[in-house]
Order: sequence, then C-alpha cells, then structure tokens
Amino acid sequence: MSALTKGESPLRSEHDIVLARQQVRRLTQELKFSLVDQTKMVTAASELARNALIYGKGGAMHWEVLQVESRTGLKLRFADEGPGIPNLDLAMTDGWTSGTGLGMGLTGAKRLVNDFEIDTKVNGGTRVTITRWK
Amino acid sequence: MEKIPILRMGEFLLVTIQIDMHDQLALKLQDDLSNAIQKNASKGVLIDISSLEMVDSFIGRMVADITGIGKILGAETILVGMQPAVAITLVELGLSLPGVATALNVERGMALLRRKIDADGADVGSH
Repeated sequence: MSALTKGESPLRSEHDIVLARQQVRRLTQELKFSLVDQTKMVTAASELARNALIYGKGGAMHWEVLQVESRTGLKLRFADEGPGIPNLDLAMTDGWTSGTGLGMGLTGAKRLVNDFEIDTKVNGGTRVTITRWK
Repeated sequence: MEKIPILRMGEFLLVTIQIDMHDQLALKLQDDLSNAIQKNASKGVLIDISSLEMVDSFIGRMVADITGIGKILGAETILVGMQPAVAITLVELGLSLPGVATALNVERGMALLRRKIDADGADVGSH
C-alpha cells in the first residue's frame, strides 16, 4: 500500500472545488481507475464539494484509499457544519433544489458511485460519504 | 483576471475551454458570450469542450443557459468535442442537456451551424 492512504482538502472557496476535483483526479489516476470511472468520481466529487460549500457554508473533503482483499477503492467524505438538510427525502428527489442548482447534485452523485451514505442533522451539518471501487 | 477568450469568425463566435473552470469563471464566460453575441450580431456560437475532462451540473447548466440566451439574441449554439467519458458521466448524472445541439468536432459543428442558419433563413423567406 502506498504511504499516503488518507488526507483532506478544505472546501472554503470556489477555487477549493477545483482543487478537490483535481485531487480526486490524481488519486483515481494513481489507483488506475478506468477513464470513465475517474470521470464519474471526479464529477461526483465536484457536485458534493459544491453542495458542502454553498449549502453547508464550507467544510472539507476527506479521502481514503481502501484496500479490501484484492479490491481497491476510493472513499470520499464531504463534511460541513452547515444547517443540515431538513427533508432528506425531498433533497434526494431528482430536480429538487433549494438553491440555484439544477437539483442534480445529491441524486446525480449517488448514481455515479458504488456506495453512497448521507448523514445530516438540522443545525448539525451534513456528511456525505461516497465510495467507488476499481 | 482570468478570462476565456472568445474568437470571432465572421458571423460565428468560437470559444475553446481549455482550463478547469471555477464557477465564477463559467458565469463570466456566460456574460461575455451574451455580450459578444449582441455586439457582433453573431448568428452562431461554437463551444469547444474537447479539453474538458469533466462537465458537472454547474457547467452543464451554464451551457444550457448560454444556448437559451443565444437563441433569444438570434444565435444558435453548438457544443462540440465532448469526450466520451464525459458524455457517459453526464447522462448518468441525469443531465441530457435537452435543447443543446452537439457535434463531434469543430469542423462538423461549423457545418451544422451553417445548415441551421441556412434553414432558418429559408423559413423566414417562405413566410
């Protein structure tokens, strides 16, 4: 296993969204994901990083390389300390948005990865964890 | 300040996006393009995204908005050069970019623009 298997990138400004997706691109390349899988993970990261920044008022992306038997994966956790999502069922509906987006962020990101978990509490922030296996 | 250049080619505008855009830059491009369409009375816009390794919902929305704004200002927009991995991801993300015309490369995009504009001209003439 490589020396660096986990780390984090701050999500405090719009530029950080760009840095976060570049970081995910580098990691997926190092893990030799296929080009389509790289692109899916980078795109999912971009959506969730933007959500954490815009709706969550900023936070961080934590990444971890997973090695389970012969399987390699990348896990990303987007954590913010924002207002949380009061109605998660609604937020997980295609096309629904509370902001200026297309409403594709959460549901779209979910479709691009293998595992998707969301943990949110009103006034307690939101944590979205996604994993994609090679 | 960072800026994405807009090239004028006769009655068309050509934009080649070669960098990973942050959101404000994408919005600025939308503004700049709208102004350039109006200023030059452009009939068509080609947006070349062959260098883009990712299109997320924000960039997708910008492209759809430019297409809509262009239409109101009398210009057709064509998105050219999308990489297959980007196209696959966009569809799975749930964005099929309805109303946005696409072409494989700049050359085909240009030919498509000409056909669209000629067809529009013919329509106007027949009324």
